[in-house]
Amino acid sequence: MTQLSMTVNGQPVSHDVEDNMLLVTYLRETLALTGTHIGCDTSQCGACVIHINGASAKSCTVLAVQAEGKDITTIEGIASGDKLHPMQQAFHEQHGLQCGYCTPGMVMSAIELVETNPTLSEQDIREGLEGNICRCTGYHNIVKAVQTGAQDMRKA
Amino acid sequence: MYATQYHKALSLNDARSQLAACDDAKLLAGGMTLIPTLKQRLAQTDLLIDLADTGLGLIEDTGSHLKIGAMCRHHDVETSELVAKMIPVLASLAGGIGDRQVRNCGTLGGSIANNDPSACYPAALMALGATIHTSERDIAAEDFFVGMFETDLDEQEIVTAVSFPKPDKAAYVKFPNPASRYAMVGVCVAVMDGDVRVAITGAGQDGVFRHGDMEAALADQFSAAAIETIAIDEEMLLSDIHAGADYRAHLVREMTRRAINAC
Repeated sequence: MTQLSMTVNGQPVSHDVEDNMLLVTYLRETLALTGTHIGCDTSQCGACVIHINGASAKSCTVLAVQAEGKDITTIEGIASGDKLHPMQQAFHEQHGLQCGYCTPGMVMSAIELVETNPTLSEQDIREGLEGNICRCTGYHNIVKAVQTGAQDMRKA
Repeated sequence: MYATQYHKALSLNDARSQLAACDDAKLLAGGMTLIPTLKQRLAQTDLLIDLADTGLGLIEDTGSHLKIGAMCRHHDVETSELVAKMIPVLASLAGGIGDRQVRNCGTLGGSIANNDPSACYPAALMALGATIHTSERDIAAEDFFVGMFETDLDEQEIVTAVSFPKPDKAAYVKFPNPASRYAMVGVCVAVMDGDVRVAITGAGQDGVFRHGDMEAALADQFSAAAIETIAIDEEMLLSDIHAGADYRAHLVREMTRRAINAC
């Protein structure tokens, strides 16, 4: 067991955790932040994408103890009260989801993509989402959602 | 994942002493291969020694070389102005590894120490004639990559940095597996002091290798036409569900052609 402290969605948290616990398990089971999903066993699907110190990462491929002292943002931490984040709103408006399982990871990846690229072509978006797999929609509306979300994030 | 202990090393010396004190320890760099492997119980270890805080993340111009710390993430190399200025092929190679999330965590040192036969970096290290610095010694890339998932590193040895000489020109082109984005075949072509070097990853049964016949032909005439008739030995190539040896041989020539044209 290791004493672990970090900031999650702006709140300091601290727990004793097993050294082999994955960060996604800590978020979901210890903190009950179940918006971050687990969609595969092979670190390929991206349903578990969160931000660690502002950089997107697959929380299923990071140990909880590696996040000691880090600033974590999950899908639960991006809305302002009842007002959805512009990227969440864009996924809603553009029908960028069907079953919704991959959506939290898509949204978190898309936000980092927009924040780190002043201009984004459709190709940039498709390549930027390589680490996120959707098995329902075929990506077309997801790309449209990210384009809309990017415009709205820049206006906000 | 089986139970394990975790230790965040605070210096290279701390990591060395932890490694020496435990019979079954593993070094944790970016974790992009190690953690999925542990997660699936394909590997087990008593102690994970995290190198994140050991100060191995510098990118430096040493005058004759570009020196990249072992813990530099692919994203660091992809976006470094110094790398883009001195050896741009490394920036574009790093920017094509895995996906964004892998590039935000995965490291140069972790990639080469693992020596996955489909990893991108080994091709660049071989083609550029890089030197691998470890906690114990310096190793030429030619001697470092021994075989599939096998390197010349001793059990107690830690990669600290890699020094790359500046090529006259170089390019890396890969044919990524559509699902994993690993190189089914990746070719790095570099011209160094008039010498031409061609290193191939993803294709060889023993991991990364150089192709002497193509190098000789290109030294004579640096053009895609020069390699049209050079034999590519299928016997030494990988053959698996992703591609047969004959298809990989075809890709070796095609990726080499594209790399020459991109130089």
